[in-house]
Amino acid sequence: MELFVQQLVNGLTLGGVYALIALGYTLIYGVLQLLNFAHGEVYMVGAFTGFFVMVGLGGPGKPIVPVWLMIVAMFLAAMVVSGLLGVGIERFAYRPLRESTRIAPLISALGVSLFLQNAVLLLFGSRVRSYDTPRYWSGAGPQVAGVQVNPVRILVLVLAIILMVGLTRLVEKTAFGRGMRAVAYDRDAAVMMGIDVNKVIVLVFFVASALAGAAGVMVGLVFFNVNNYMGFLAGLKGFTAAVVGGIGSIPGAMLGGLLIGLIESFTTAYVSANFASVLSFLVLILVMLLKPRGLLGTRAIVKV
Amino acid sequence: MAEESLAIGTDEWVAAHEGRTSGQVQGPVARTFGRLPWWVWGSIAVLVAVVLPLIGSTYLMRVGVNLGLFLMLALGLNLVVGYAGLLDIGYVAFYGLGAYGFAMLASDKFGVHLPTVVAVPVVVAAVSIFGLVLGLAARRLLGDYLAIVTLFFGQMFVEFALSGDAITVPGRAEQVDLTGGTNGITDVDRFSFLGVEFSSDRWYYYLLVVLVVLLALAVRRLDGSRIGRAWKAVGQDPLAAEAMTMPVNRLKIMAFVVGAGIAGLAGTVFAAVQRGVFPSSFDLPLLILLYAAVILGGSGSLKGALIGAALLSLLPEALREPSYSEMVFVLLLVAGLALAVRSWRDRIIVVVATVVFGFVMNLLFTLLHVQGVPASAWTSGPVSTLLGHWLFVPQDRVLWGNLGFVGLVVLLAVLTLVGTRVRPILLPAIVWLSIFVWFVRLADVPSITRQLLIGALLIVLMIVRPQGLFGRRQVEVL
Repeated sequence: MELFVQQLVNGLTLGGVYALIALGYTLIYGVLQLLNFAHGEVYMVGAFTGFFVMVGLGGPGKPIVPVWLMIVAMFLAAMVVSGLLGVGIERFAYRPLRESTRIAPLISALGVSLFLQNAVLLLFGSRVRSYDTPRYWSGAGPQVAGVQVNPVRILVLVLAIILMVGLTRLVEKTAFGRGMRAVAYDRDAAVMMGIDVNKVIVLVFFVASALAGAAGVMVGLVFFNVNNYMGFLAGLKGFTAAVVGGIGSIPGAMLGGLLIGLIESFTTAYVSANFASVLSFLVLILVMLLKPRGLLGTRAIVKV
Repeated sequence: MAEESLAIGTDEWVAAHEGRTSGQVQGPVARTFGRLPWWVWGSIAVLVAVVLPLIGSTYLMRVGVNLGLFLMLALGLNLVVGYAGLLDIGYVAFYGLGAYGFAMLASDKFGVHLPTVVAVPVVVAAVSIFGLVLGLAARRLLGDYLAIVTLFFGQMFVEFALSGDAITVPGRAEQVDLTGGTNGITDVDRFSFLGVEFSSDRWYYYLLVVLVVLLALAVRRLDGSRIGRAWKAVGQDPLAAEAMTMPVNRLKIMAFVVGAGIAGLAGTVFAAVQRGVFPSSFDLPLLILLYAAVILGGSGSLKGALIGAALLSLLPEALREPSYSEMVFVLLLVAGLALAVRSWRDRIIVVVATVVFGFVMNLLFTLLHVQGVPASAWTSGPVSTLLGHWLFVPQDRVLWGNLGFVGLVVLLAVLTLVGTRVRPILLPAIVWLSIFVWFVRLADVPSITRQLLIGALLIVLMIVRPQGLFGRRQVEVL
């Protein structure tokens, strides 16, 4: 029972992080029908930004500001930097290809991913850096069913939920959200209705990438280590989550993220740590074959 | 050039498409190659390939073997992606399956030592069956979804190879070791045919020359054949192909199987020549490099795949040796400049301005009291010796190199945004910065530089010339 509760919390935390990454894939796919393979790298840059803000504020040993302020600063900086990076990627690697063939932006995305991974390697080296969270924050967490829960995980979970709720409201209630949905539904029609498609796409990239940046800091806080290769696997997991949930669907991405997170943490605990990734990929392939549009995806009808 | 005969299945309007869009029918590279018939180029290449070992060192043989393997993979991928238009992002997994398959059947791992003539066909057949299974699973998926499933197929292979050393089998106490995990499988048997053991790289090199030539000839034959044309039709427009009563699903599966078989064969050679297999050899970097090669050459074009693969396999190799690497850099710089600036007058102005800009920067470094190093500390070949009199190299090469790199990326981004009026002002700064970054930082880290260049190449290529050097631009009639 104790193990179960522990794994449930772990799975939910991990699921929240995957869901945030998955939301990025889904948002971008929704408006551009583009699989943004560089998204994992944006997340990695977010994690690095958080780390450097932490170091800049005195490092894990003795922060020069209150810990809560430091964590807020880490999240804000990571979200802004990642968001701007996403906008930059869109501007230079995807926008020139908008009228090109379907395969062109996909290849370009692979190029961006490779470039970013190695640019970070060039600038910061291959040394693994650690957030070292316990050195500045190791308060006792709440008791859930007799199990002590790590407070950092609670924070991450709560933050992930707040971000997701915020995103949902953004998409449903604001003018930007309406514009976004219109562009996703039919870009040409949206242009005719006077929606500035470029502006919507830039904003979508900013929001999607900012979410990935926040996810990066979360992973840093929970699992400590960041390096330049971390983006690939996490990006892949987030992508799995987006596809399992139905790419293009926002609730789908959240559901898929939680599902993949739970599957992974329970596989690690009860089966084998080695096969956690394999199993989530297997789930993906099964979902793809049985329900190609994902769990909550809508069936696309293509008129010829 | 306009009287080029129409290929079957290409109507006049489509064939004349490039003539309509610009003055040139084909790219400059394609035109140069078009001056001689294909078999002249082919014979020259084969002749060079056959003679090379007589003068070459063991290192050169190793480069040749890698090139041969890469050419095989590029040819196979070109069939799947270029012809049949299937975006298979898990292609490298078949290569890995071939390598692991051979390693399992011919090593001490399981104490099995099948003779090469048995093991290779068995492995190729098995890998083709994997291709069939993936093809069956993916046959109804379109575009992006196919890419997704194949991506995960490839990733599952890597994960499985990585963690396949401790598989818990129900009913058995100890865990089963299938793949050796990160340590891989070592001491793989060499190839041996009719009692002759392939004892050195030279044997494999010649084997690969034969295989690549046979494969290239087969693809050439295929090009105009029924299946080749059908694949191209499916690649261009599956719906229209279906309407023409082509068995689209069967053609797709066939492309998967053939592509998998070629990759599997290349994998067996790889395992034998390396005498070992490791999961990291079959990961994403190789896949991206392969895609870059096929797309650089022009997907769907035989000579494109060959030349693209040769370029991308040999250039990174040249980066390892400092005196070659500066040549590569100069070539890239000159090519980039020639493309960016069109008139000779402007080119001369840019070069002169760069030289002046360099001296200004030297002055700036001196004013800032930045510690420099003498030219003898970093020059390695004729180019850098020449530059040694001009370029200032700071002592803290990592810091300044990184700053320069960030600056260069930002300036290049700005360059694409500003109008043609401002560009000439930026260019000297960019040229100077790229020389600075290269000699201060990038030349020291060839493996990172190589990946950065490939990444940048993919982005730029997609924007500037998505059809590659030899490809034809797709015409979409709506």
